[in-house]
Amino acid sequence: MEKKDSYWSLKYRQLREQNHSPNSEYGEWADNTLTPWNRQTGFQEKEFTNSSNIPIKEVYNSKDIPENTEKHLLGLPGRYPFTRGIYPNMYRGRLWTMRMFSGFGTPEDTNKRLKYLIKHGESGLSIAFDMPTLYAYDCDNPRADGEIGKCGVNVSSLKDMEVIFKGIDLSKVSTSMTINAPAAILTAMYIAIGKKQGVPLDQLAGTVQADILKEYIAQKEWIYPPEAHLRLIRDMMVYCTENTPKWNYISISGYHIREAGSSAAQELAFTIADGFYYVEMGMKAGLDVDDFAPRLSFFFNSSINFFEEIAKLRAARRIWARVLKEKYGAKKDRTLLLRFHTQTSGYTLTWQQPLNNVIRTTIEALAAVLGGTQSLHTNSYDEAWALPSEEAVKIALRTQQIIAEETGVIDTADPLGGSYYVEWLTNKMEEEAFRYFDQIDRMGGILEAVKAGYLQKEIAATSYRRQMRLEEGKEIMVGVNKHKEEGEQPINILKISKKAQKNQLDRLNEVRGSRDEEQVRKALEELETAMRKEDVNTMPFILRAVEEYATLEEISNVGRKVFGSWKEPVIV
Amino acid sequence: MEAGKNQSLFKGKPIKILLAKPGIDGHDRGILVLAKAFRDAGMEVIYVGLLPTPEEVVDTAVNEDVDVIALSLLNGAHMTVFKKVADLMKGRNINDIAVVGGGTIPEGDKPKLEKMGISGNYGPGTPISKIVEHITERAAEMRKLKSMEE
Repeated sequence: MEKKDSYWSLKYRQLREQNHSPNSEYGEWADNTLTPWNRQTGFQEKEFTNSSNIPIKEVYNSKDIPENTEKHLLGLPGRYPFTRGIYPNMYRGRLWTMRMFSGFGTPEDTNKRLKYLIKHGESGLSIAFDMPTLYAYDCDNPRADGEIGKCGVNVSSLKDMEVIFKGIDLSKVSTSMTINAPAAILTAMYIAIGKKQGVPLDQLAGTVQADILKEYIAQKEWIYPPEAHLRLIRDMMVYCTENTPKWNYISISGYHIREAGSSAAQELAFTIADGFYYVEMGMKAGLDVDDFAPRLSFFFNSSINFFEEIAKLRAARRIWARVLKEKYGAKKDRTLLLRFHTQTSGYTLTWQQPLNNVIRTTIEALAAVLGGTQSLHTNSYDEAWALPSEEAVKIALRTQQIIAEETGVIDTADPLGGSYYVEWLTNKMEEEAFRYFDQIDRMGGILEAVKAGYLQKEIAATSYRRQMRLEEGKEIMVGVNKHKEEGEQPINILKISKKAQKNQLDRLNEVRGSRDEEQVRKALEELETAMRKEDVNTMPFILRAVEEYATLEEISNVGRKVFGSWKEPVIV
Repeated sequence: MEAGKNQSLFKGKPIKILLAKPGIDGHDRGILVLAKAFRDAGMEVIYVGLLPTPEEVVDTAVNEDVDVIALSLLNGAHMTVFKKVADLMKGRNINDIAVVGGGTIPEGDKPKLEKMGISGNYGPGTPISKIVEHITERAAEMRKLKSMEE
């Protein structure tokens, strides 16, 4: 009685009540039409649920959604709460950005691939890095042996980034870099290249992922304990808000949470909860929410349960707008807009009968578009096997072009708005998200929940349930546990040349031989001093070290020394 | 999921298995599912967490006296990193611990891994029962070797 309910628990209770309205029409229909039909046709009742374990009824009608749905829950496109889209004319005005993630082997290979994609009409660059780069080990670290260029491009120093962007004018492209733990260093490298090309800093456009919370939750690519990474992200937020206003310094990512095995509802809840944490962090650092929150963008997964994905994306927009306004006091409309990139699901791609993956990706891409995405990466059909070949990437890009240019789905905004099922499911996804927000809040916030392994365990439980359902044939993957074929022929896949490792080692040696060691030492010392003082912004010091050609690992080692390392909680 | 005809070999002492992702790879969805599934199948499971070096994997396997080491990588580095584990085992003359592999391993690499003594090498979509059966067989071989040594 004495303890006041939190914002989260109040909202959760409201949503639960809203979504729990008796439906007498359905009841009457089920009794008098459905049941006799099932009896007559001998239909065996079975379970229909989606990834979020939400049971689905035979049919939905107006009684399944609140009476005031249009007025209060939907609005129109470009209007609060933005359920129907963030722009008034959506894709009529501007198509989503077709942003294909690429990057493999050597910086030279990646430079060639980026130029190839630009030539074929891609409108934004996106770069994948290899595992040593993601964990901030140089290519000559013994741990990096055999991993150079395997999952993306290798970057050990600014020299490598110079090769990646050779001949590409940074004032004409926007670049998304999928990098997290060392995001500040890669951002500094990009700024350094911009400076060399003479591009004004306020014109550098792009995104680094830099969402460290989801690393502890799902992708598991960290260097230091969470608090240390969060501090470095705070420094980058403040620096970029002041210097590079077109640089999106965090892409709050549900993609990896989903790939790690979560449900759609968990992806939605955990990602947006991460987002709220970054909002609170920026406000604590003294930034005005209307100044920095518009730079936060999101990155979602689009998986194979078509309507569930669409509902998830629509719910995400509404939740973000509502909470930013109600709880964080945002005043400007643009602060309330949840802008997001989507990638089709890698997990749903099968190793077996790989051409079927073209179909899966098409359906997932369509869901992303109907969900109102701002940019989209479509996976290539050979990606369950390896990084994609050029031919497979082209088909994936063409998939988006066909959806955009031929199908007519772009003609009107939110074409599924008002569908009883889609609106009901959107409301349910929202309710599930608030159930988790409330739970996380009770655990002392997301950082505490992550450190305790709570979110990780929730994901592992969902993933295990899904696997067991596949084993039991309750869920189907065509070609894997149904409609199997014997004696499949391997497809042509991309092989990463063994030369990548040697190429990188040679260049690193060259860098070490030609830089001014005294300046490198000084820059790293100054960085260490900055890192030790919580209130100093480390970004200018990282930039200086990068420009002196200190390597990725040398710069990160300063942090390893100051902050230490991290061992994850036990999950299984 | 039963050990079948090898049941008597495991009496009183279930199969002990070490799960590891050596190398720099955070893709742990599969290995977490397998850890639970192996436990459900009655095995004693040790999961060393992320980012162990090949040396740490072999050391732990020896210290814990496991029957099987199960390696998983989805980052394309299996031909280098799995080999390091196999070489370390060979260098230390360890014959009574089986090594099995899994992950995104292209068909062409499988015979090469087999030659190093790394069996299984199952890809995505493999039924868990098949993996459990294979591990049980390999563990049974190891138990027989051990009983001959004693």
